[in-house]
Amino acid sequence: MGNETLLVLVVVTALAFDFTNGFHDTGNAMATSIATGALGPRTAVALSGALNLVGAFLSLSVAATIASGLVDTHLVTLTVVFAGLAGGITWNLLTWFLGIPSSSSHALIGGVVGSTIAAAGGHAVLWHGLFQKVIIPAGLSPVIAGLVAALGTYLVYRISRNVSAGARGHGFRIGQIGSASMVSLAHGTNDAQKTMGIITLALIANGSLGAGAKAPFWVILCCALAISLGTYTGGWRVIRTLGKGLVEIESPQGMAAESSSAAIILLSSHFGYSLSTTHVATGSILGTGVGKKGARVRWGVAGRMATAWLFTLPAAGLVGAGAYGLAHVIGGTAGVVVVLVLLLAVSGGIYYRSRSSAVGHDNVNAEWTGSVAPASAEKEVAAV
Amino acid sequence: MNDWINLHALWQIVVVGLLAGAGLPALFAVGLRALSLRPNGAPAAAGADAADDHVVGGSPVGIAAAGLCFAVVLAAVGYGIYIIVNGG
Repeated sequence: MGNETLLVLVVVTALAFDFTNGFHDTGNAMATSIATGALGPRTAVALSGALNLVGAFLSLSVAATIASGLVDTHLVTLTVVFAGLAGGITWNLLTWFLGIPSSSSHALIGGVVGSTIAAAGGHAVLWHGLFQKVIIPAGLSPVIAGLVAALGTYLVYRISRNVSAGARGHGFRIGQIGSASMVSLAHGTNDAQKTMGIITLALIANGSLGAGAKAPFWVILCCALAISLGTYTGGWRVIRTLGKGLVEIESPQGMAAESSSAAIILLSSHFGYSLSTTHVATGSILGTGVGKKGARVRWGVAGRMATAWLFTLPAAGLVGAGAYGLAHVIGGTAGVVVVLVLLLAVSGGIYYRSRSSAVGHDNVNAEWTGSVAPASAEKEVAAV
Repeated sequence: MNDWINLHALWQIVVVGLLAGAGLPALFAVGLRALSLRPNGAPAAAGADAADDHVVGGSPVGIAAAGLCFAVVLAAVGYGIYIIVNGG
């Protein structure tokens, strides 16, 4: 048996990551429904949270470790996992503060790859796997999702052009709730499993579980609860950017976007690509702006997001590498504790900064004035 | 089969994605359109009658066609959930 204290710290940090994963990604499923008024903001996050919980239990096939195929798992130690998680959490919180929907999966992968490089060198990273499984699909998926959503939007508007506006709005809002629920379900299944995989990996690395063991029930339960709670907390800043910042969305567009997202995510996971829900959802929402005649797409906002996506892997990697370096220099459990304290300080700092321009269920739909903070709170954010 | 991109999976994702991701919303729209048909078969006028927001127009054929469309959409959703449960 290995180091129990260290193991507990890693498990708790993994659950904290799962929580940030949940609240960072609420918008992927629910932003369009909230923007069109199909669901009240609080109802939307509650529904999404519940469906994430259900989704996490639905499929228990593989505790697909996010690291397998990307790094040499024999070289992964508890400290490496911990440092990788620290990188993922830091990037998630930072992008949440800026209201940028960036990929939680990329943040986690970047963090783990970075800490692995710091621990064992570049040869421990399976670069071919990284490109084939992560980077190339990440480039393609938003484009495909956007195309599908654009075509769907065009068809939906064309077919329903003779239906009165009231009936159309009512009908599509129902469809929108259904399609957004599918995205939430798929998210719970995909993303909760990533953390289950990480914790299982840590348990195996510590010798608590035999190699090739499946995720124990308590791991599944904890991960499901963490991601569901995170989703329910609602990353309002990200929801606002997705729902109001990119395109002004009507309910037919919302339904087309969510259908495209659900279809692409489910299909890709069927083929073994664990895509970023965020990239797909953002591509879909952009697509609905392109597919509707006269809709205005804020390409500047889209460009800022794309830039953040490019930085996600290396930035989370740098933090992961730094965290490993620091923990390694201090050494042992003490090193991990020091990094944990630093991580808590950074998290607290970001949270504190966010209070001065808070976005919540009450102002999430306020008119988009060029920044994630609603007009009343804009001054503070301009100073960031 | 390309070493970097699995083209076989890619084209299937695109084609099935278009069918499910764009086709199903379109079918849903057809259902709504059929549902709003008037008994005499004429579609409810869009601009001229904006105040009219009855979702159900009252045509029996329209309602039957709408029911069929919605049933297909629901079946597809059910199949999607089936895929999730079986581990994708």
